[in-house]
Amino acid sequence: MKTLEATLLKCIRGERLLFDALGFRLQGGQMLYLRGANGAGKTSLLRLLCGLAQPESGQILWNGKPVGEQTELFRQDLFYLGHHNALQEALTVDENLAFYATLAGMAPNAAATAHALERMGLRGCQRRLVRHLSQGQKRRVALSRLMLNQASLWILDEPFVALDTASLDLLAGVIGQHLQRGGMAVLTSHQQVDIPGAQVQTLELGA
Amino acid sequence: MSTAGPPQGAPVNEAATSSGGSVFVAVVRREIALAMRQKGDVLTPLFFFVIVASLFPLGVGPEVQLLARMAPGVLWVGALLAAMLSLQRLFAADHADGSLEQMAISGTPLTLIVCAKVLAHFLLSGLPLVLIAPVLGIQFGLDARALGILTLTLLVGTPTLSLIGGIGAALTLGVRGGGVLLSLLTLPLYIPVLIFGAGAVEADAAGLGVSAHFSLMGALLLLTGLFAPFATTIALRISLE
Repeated sequence: MKTLEATLLKCIRGERLLFDALGFRLQGGQMLYLRGANGAGKTSLLRLLCGLAQPESGQILWNGKPVGEQTELFRQDLFYLGHHNALQEALTVDENLAFYATLAGMAPNAAATAHALERMGLRGCQRRLVRHLSQGQKRRVALSRLMLNQASLWILDEPFVALDTASLDLLAGVIGQHLQRGGMAVLTSHQQVDIPGAQVQTLELGA
Repeated sequence: MSTAGPPQGAPVNEAATSSGGSVFVAVVRREIALAMRQKGDVLTPLFFFVIVASLFPLGVGPEVQLLARMAPGVLWVGALLAAMLSLQRLFAADHADGSLEQMAISGTPLTLIVCAKVLAHFLLSGLPLVLIAPVLGIQFGLDARALGILTLTLLVGTPTLSLIGGIGAALTLGVRGGGVLLSLLTLPLYIPVLIFGAGAVEADAAGLGVSAHFSLMGALLLLTGLFAPFATTIALRISLE
């Protein structure tokens, strides 16, 4: 079973101490729900876990070994979605998703892409330029990548923001299925969302 | 691995069939597609090169000897400045929309992606300069042999410009006033390339032979090809923090 563990993490951002001696342990099937006021350091913690930033001190362990010793292996098993949709406006939805599939080491599958888009309520949008989509549609394209990746660890920053109820339920269901398959998730959200059948740990920042 | 995936019959992406090579190709193709759809980004530095190179004969006057002597230097400096303009584009757009972050934490080594981007930059920004330079050189009264040597120096030199420029572009990512800072960082590093590239034509005209110049430029290309991508990757990670 895969595990993600953080020990004694300390993060300083712009001379402000965000958190110190922070730790948690997550294993397959579990979800870590990060809570805290704006500016408490939730995004910073997520970025630390992804390896985009380095902690001031402390360690992050993936399957018991420091992430620093196995960066490629860790990254291949990681999916991160931050505030940015990470979609190129001048490319079509299909081109963006195919690129990310290739980046993750998978062959782009048109049928899978179509299916994921349909589930997110974006049927027939493959050939449309991202520039021509609404904000909500762009976000849903970004979220559809959740159904197109095979990473064990999902790190999601405010995934539920600006989604309608139907999409919210769908996304919760997708995350739930991921956890049931033994995957892990770390996410932040200002909304209280129920993930069906999930073992949830909560971590409060800035408390 | 996964058992209870999407509903029965729904297709899943096939696992792990693309290698580093296909990612490299995918990045290059993506850069080219983006450039084709936003042609202004690519054409602007090129027009700048044309204008700068065309202004000199107008400003200096029609003394044929003088123009012919100036031509390599002027065209090379024009190429450097045009390269500066186009380097902004290398990482900025991807950084702004979050794509760069995704590339940085993907399973693919960032250095590979950097190499692909630099190659695409050369194809889109360097190669057009190489192709236009002979046409511009005619305004300066260069003969065919000089034009040929000049074009060759640009062909060997512009990849080096892209490689070195990548480091500067990565370091100045997201920095306010980054354009000027990029120039300040990168132009000094371009000086060796400039000297050998522009000097080759004159050396040939003086009968000294160009092999030394080309050897040195080749060595620079090799050196930067080996080290610049790593330096650029490190700079990117720092900028992304």
